[in-house]
Amino acid sequence: MEALLVLSPGGYTTIQDRGRFGYQELGVPVTGVLDRTAAGIANMLVGNPEDCAVLEITVAGPVLEALAPLDIAVTGADIGITVNGRQVLGWQSIRLAKGDIFSFGQVKNGCRVYAAVNGGIDVPMVMGSYSTYSGGKLGGFKGRPLEKGDVLSAGIDKLLERPRFIPDEMIPDYVSDKVIRAIPGPQNDYFDEGLTTFFESKFSVTSDANRMGYRLQGPAIKIKKGMPKSIVSEPSMPGCVQIPSDEQPIILLVEQTVGGYAKIATVISSDIPKIAQSIPGDILTFEKIDLKTAHQLYREEITKLDQIKMELKMA
Amino acid sequence: MKTRLFKKIRYRLVGDKGLLVEFGEGIDPSVNQEVHAMVKNLTANKPNGITDIIPAYRSVLISYDPQLMNPYMIEYFLHQLRVGIKEGDISPSTIVEIPVCYGGEYGPDIENVARHNDITIDDVIETHCKPEYLIYMTGFTPGFPFLGGLPENLTTPRLETPRLKVPKGSVGIANNQTGIYPIESPGGWQLIGRTPLNLFDPSRANPLLYKAGDSIRFIPVTKNEYKDILNKGDF
Repeated sequence: MEALLVLSPGGYTTIQDRGRFGYQELGVPVTGVLDRTAAGIANMLVGNPEDCAVLEITVAGPVLEALAPLDIAVTGADIGITVNGRQVLGWQSIRLAKGDIFSFGQVKNGCRVYAAVNGGIDVPMVMGSYSTYSGGKLGGFKGRPLEKGDVLSAGIDKLLERPRFIPDEMIPDYVSDKVIRAIPGPQNDYFDEGLTTFFESKFSVTSDANRMGYRLQGPAIKIKKGMPKSIVSEPSMPGCVQIPSDEQPIILLVEQTVGGYAKIATVISSDIPKIAQSIPGDILTFEKIDLKTAHQLYREEITKLDQIKMELKMA
Repeated sequence: MKTRLFKKIRYRLVGDKGLLVEFGEGIDPSVNQEVHAMVKNLTANKPNGITDIIPAYRSVLISYDPQLMNPYMIEYFLHQLRVGIKEGDISPSTIVEIPVCYGGEYGPDIENVARHNDITIDDVIETHCKPEYLIYMTGFTPGFPFLGGLPENLTTPRLETPRLKVPKGSVGIANNQTGIYPIESPGGWQLIGRTPLNLFDPSRANPLLYKAGDSIRFIPVTKNEYKDILNKGDF
């Protein structure tokens, strides 16, 4: 069913779900939402399964017109949202009537915002996912970010019986100075003092920060003497921190599959949302963490989300 | 570059969801063979909890779901699999023939390659079509094959100014590498020809016409043959 008309698309708005898995070996990257926590909660707030497709909004948001009655929920960074000019809050379900104008402003903190609609955004499934891979022009809405005039469909046959909301104390704080936890490797043996520099320095996010990767600026991270400056091309995962020849770290994210430089450490998946919510000028410091702790954090995150889902269903 | 097969497979953690399995060092067909034998075996016996198996020149990156799987279990599983790998498991590489119309509008840089190497355009074509190029891995853009074995006398540096748009299907050379652009993308390679085949199609059951571990042989075709194949359409 036709759900939303894009009156103005915002800075960079794409349709994403949890990602495209199983095709990385062909060179098709995972893509998907960068802040899986916020996106998952947005879906829960409108009664969707967590893997439904949502809008991922970056810094400046769109202006949308509802084409049918629907529920919408907005999570992630704090961005001013209005319905027909009247201010409303995020982290709760909002009922829109046909013709209502739903407008997003600009983020006040954080970077990325997620909007979910009942039934999920309905776009063709490509290679098992609804996510947009804009480099390959596939998936999502016609393989590209949204443009003025686009019409989004959703499976809005079932509206919520009761509104849903996330209590204030559960809404995350998006701060600009962040500690990012990472496991050393896979090429940590290419570094010695470089490892110390990496885990003990402050790095600022440069303006070259997007879904492909976040370039950071900070003290030079030197490769061990005698080690080659680049490696034979190898697959990368979201979170891999590459050290190219300019000795400044790049956190690789979700829009490519391969890297040709040594990877000093890999950000744990639970901390990718922190990167997703970082903007140029933010300060990042890296904390070394071991696999056992990382997996514990992963499990805790899932348990917390399950709890939220339970509470929302029973409210 | 030094190349060798490790006596014992090496494992490296990649964050909390990845395990890199290393078979050796350097760019070498025999190291790469081990990679593809392992990928084939693991894919056929994939345990629940493994989400992606990504081969590269001398390693395989395995991504897993931490709720169902962990690196120790993967290591153990791979060891069991490997214990079972016999000579016959390293099968000969499948050869995929790629028709290419060389030169003219499809290969605007073929003269550069000829001139740089002091040979004729016909020589370039004949030499480029001789080898069976092993696909070490695919990646960087969908279906982009990393090919090994470009004859030395075709080596040509990249374009000084890369093109903003390289047409889909373009076959090119950059230094000692040759490859094909399965989708349109920017690029700095010397373009010597184009294939009419639709190499990458996300709607096909097998989106890519080849896979890492296969070998490619280029077959020269005329402009008319190119147009025929293009019009025949889907594969």
